[in-house]
Amino acid sequence: MTHTISILVENEFGVLARVSGMFSGRGFNIESLSVAPTLDSTVSRITLVTTGDDAVLAQIVKQLNKLVPVIRVSDFNDTGNVERELVLVKVRADAASRGELMNVIDIFRGKVIDVGPESYIIEITGGEGKIDAILELLKPLGILEIVRTGRVAMFRGTQTLRTPEGKEKVA
Amino acid sequence: MNNHNENRAPKQTLTGAELIVRLLERQGTRIVAGIPGGAALPLYDALGKSASIRHVLARHEQGAGFIAQGMARVSGQPQVCIATSGPGATNILTAVADAKLDSIPLVCITAQVPLALIGTDAFQEVDTYGLSIPITKRNYLVRSAAELLRVIPEAFRLAASGRPGPVLIDIPKCVQNEAIEVGEWPAPGRRAPVPLPATEDIERAAAMIDAAAQPILYIGGGTIASGAGAAIRTFADRNGIPVVSTLMGLGAMDADHPLFLGMLGMHGARYTNEALDACDLLIAVGVRFDDRATGKVAAFCPHAKVIHIDIDPSEHGKIKHAHLPLTGDVAAVLDAVVPRTRARPRAGWRAEIARLRATCPLEMPGGDDARAPYGLIRAVARAVGPDAIVATDVGQHQMWAAQAYPFSRPRQWLTSGGLGTMGFGLPAAIGAALAAPERPVILFTGDGSILMNIQELATAVEQGVSVKIILMNNQSLGLVHQQQRMFYAGQLFGADLSVAPDFSALARAFGLHAWDLGDCADPEAAEQMLTTALAAPGSVLIHCPVDYAEHVLPMVPPGAANVDAIDHTASTTVASTKETRHAALA
Repeated sequence: MTHTISILVENEFGVLARVSGMFSGRGFNIESLSVAPTLDSTVSRITLVTTGDDAVLAQIVKQLNKLVPVIRVSDFNDTGNVERELVLVKVRADAASRGELMNVIDIFRGKVIDVGPESYIIEITGGEGKIDAILELLKPLGILEIVRTGRVAMFRGTQTLRTPEGKEKVA
Repeated sequence: MNNHNENRAPKQTLTGAELIVRLLERQGTRIVAGIPGGAALPLYDALGKSASIRHVLARHEQGAGFIAQGMARVSGQPQVCIATSGPGATNILTAVADAKLDSIPLVCITAQVPLALIGTDAFQEVDTYGLSIPITKRNYLVRSAAELLRVIPEAFRLAASGRPGPVLIDIPKCVQNEAIEVGEWPAPGRRAPVPLPATEDIERAAAMIDAAAQPILYIGGGTIASGAGAAIRTFADRNGIPVVSTLMGLGAMDADHPLFLGMLGMHGARYTNEALDACDLLIAVGVRFDDRATGKVAAFCPHAKVIHIDIDPSEHGKIKHAHLPLTGDVAAVLDAVVPRTRARPRAGWRAEIARLRATCPLEMPGGDDARAPYGLIRAVARAVGPDAIVATDVGQHQMWAAQAYPFSRPRQWLTSGGLGTMGFGLPAAIGAALAAPERPVILFTGDGSILMNIQELATAVEQGVSVKIILMNNQSLGLVHQQQRMFYAGQLFGADLSVAPDFSALARAFGLHAWDLGDCADPEAAEQMLTTALAAPGSVLIHCPVDYAEHVLPMVPPGAANVDAIDHTASTTVASTKETRHAALA
C-alpha cells in the first residue's frame, strides 16, 4: 500500500542523510522525495512516498520519530488531503503536431513555458493519475525528456502540520 | 534548570579545545580513553593541562572505545572516548556501533581536518559524520567553537536519555584552535525524565497479569539500563512469576533465585525454552525480541498474550505483536503496575516449572573440574566471590559463562550482545577496572578474541589495573567450528587457530604474570592454581586449554524454533572426532 508521509525536521547539516539512511538501512522503500524549508527557516519539510503494509508503516513512523532531528511525522493515509506533483515535459512540436499538442495541453490545464522551432516544454501539476494520463497522451507525439518532482501533500481545511511546543527531544 | 550563580563566570577567552575540556569537566568526566593524532593535537594540548581529567592512552582506537564502554557499562553514566581524524575515526567506529546495538551511553569525540580542507581528500580525512550516521543516536560536525557550548551538553543528555546510546562529535582542528569569549556556561547535560504510560494502560497490564495462569517475565538489557533489578525481584516474588533473561539482562536477577530460569533462546536451557512455550502471558521488559532470544518468531511463546514494556516505542511490534505495549522507563512502569496486581504464589505454575526443570535441566558436563569449561567458570566464580565484575569476549567462552556464572547483581556482566564484537573483552575489562577499582575484574576470553585487541595488555599494565584474564584456548574459532560441525556437514574451514602464539609468554612479554592450567594434572591442582593466580596482584593471564570438540549446548539451529534445540544427547551424532578434524586439516 502506498503512503504519503510528511516529516518536519530541523533544517541542519546531514538531516536528509539520516532520514534516507534510516529507510535504506532498515530495508524500507522511498518512491519519491521532496525537501524544502518551511516558513520557519530553521525547519524543513520532507515529503516522501513509501509502500508497505500496516506493520511496516507503523515501524517507519516510529523509526522516523526516533531520529533526534525529526520534529513531527504525519502519514497522510486516509486523512483527506491534497497531493500534487509537478512535471516538465519536452515534446516534439512541429507544424503537423502542434494543433493536437495544444488540445491536450488545454484539456489538462497545462502551460507551455518554452517554445522552440521543433519542441515545446510543458508544465503540468496534478495528482499522480493526471500526470500519468497526460504523459500517456503525449507519448505518440514524441516526448524528448521529462522531469518530475516528488509528491507534496497538505491537509484540507485549517488543519496544519506544525512544530509542537517544546520540540526538544530526549530519545 | 540553570543555576545562574554557578553558570555565570567572568568573561574569559578560551580556544575550542579548552572549551571541550572545560565542558567535559563540568559533565563530571574524570577519565577519558583515546589516542592522539595530527588533527587532535590542540585537544590533547588542552587535555594535558586538565587537573581533573585522567587520560588513558589506548593502543588502538577500538580499544579506547571499548575502555569507555567498559566504564559506561559499570557506571551507567556516559563515558568519553577520543580518536583523531581518518584512521583514528574508522578504528573507533566498531566500538560505537557496538554501543548502539547494546544501548550503552557513549560520547565519542573525533578530530577532523580543518574546515577549509574538508572535501579535499586531505591527509587523514574521512567523512566521519557520514560514516557514523547509522551507528549513532545523534552525530555532529561542529563548525564553530561557539557551537561546542550547545553540542557537548546536548551530546551527554542524548547519550543518557531515553534509550541510551552513542553520540559522536566530529571537531575540526580549526574549531579546536578558534578562540572565543565565554561568559556563561551551559548546564551539564543530564538524563531527561520519561513520562509514565496512561493510567488505564497500567491498570490493563495489572488486569492481564492477574488473569494469567502461567505468566513469564522476559527481561533484557533495558532492565539493567533502567536499574530495574529490585523491581523485577519484587515483582517475581510477590506474584510467583518465573523470570527468563536475555544475554544482556543477566545480573538483574540472582542466578540462584528459585524463580530464575536463566538465559532463554539459542543457548538457553531446554526447561527455559519449554517454559516459554507453555506460558500464557509474556511480560517482556526492556527487551527487543532479538533473533538469538526468540528463535523462529512464529513459534516463540505461541500461546501467550504479550505485554511489552520498553522505553523505545519503536520496539513495540517491531518483531512480535504486543497485545499491550507500554512506553516508559521500565523500573517506573513496574513500580506503577505491580502494586495494582494481586499477590499470589501461583503454586501450580511453579510446580510445572519445577517439573520442567527436573525433566530437561541444563546439563553442565565437567562442572566439577576446573580444567573443563563449566567447571572452570564455576571455580573462578567461587574464587572471586559475588563482588566481581565479569567481562567476556565473543564466542563459546561467552555462552558458557552466560549459562554457568552465578550472577547476583546488575552491571556485574559486561558482554557484547547485539554486535557480538570479538575483541570487546580486554578493553572493556580495563574500563571496568578503571571505573570500579575496588572490585575484582574477571575477563573470560578465547584464543580467537584475545588477539583482536591483544595490544591493550600494554594499556592494562601502564594503567596499573587489575584484570584477571581467563583465556580459554581451544585452538580454533570455536563457535564457527561448532556450527561447521553441526550444520555444514563437518567441513571445517577457516576456523583453525592451532598455529598460535605461546599466550603465557606473550602475556609476560607485556609485563603480566601468567599461569597455565594445562600444567595441572588433576582438578585439585587446577583449582589451587586458579586460587593463587586470581589472588595475585595486578593483571594476570591464566591460560586454560579447552578441547576443541567441546560444544556449547543446547543449541537452537539458526531459524529453528527454540523448543527444537540440539542438546547433549542429540549432538553426539553431529560432533566430529579428533581424527575427522585432523583429516580435514591435512
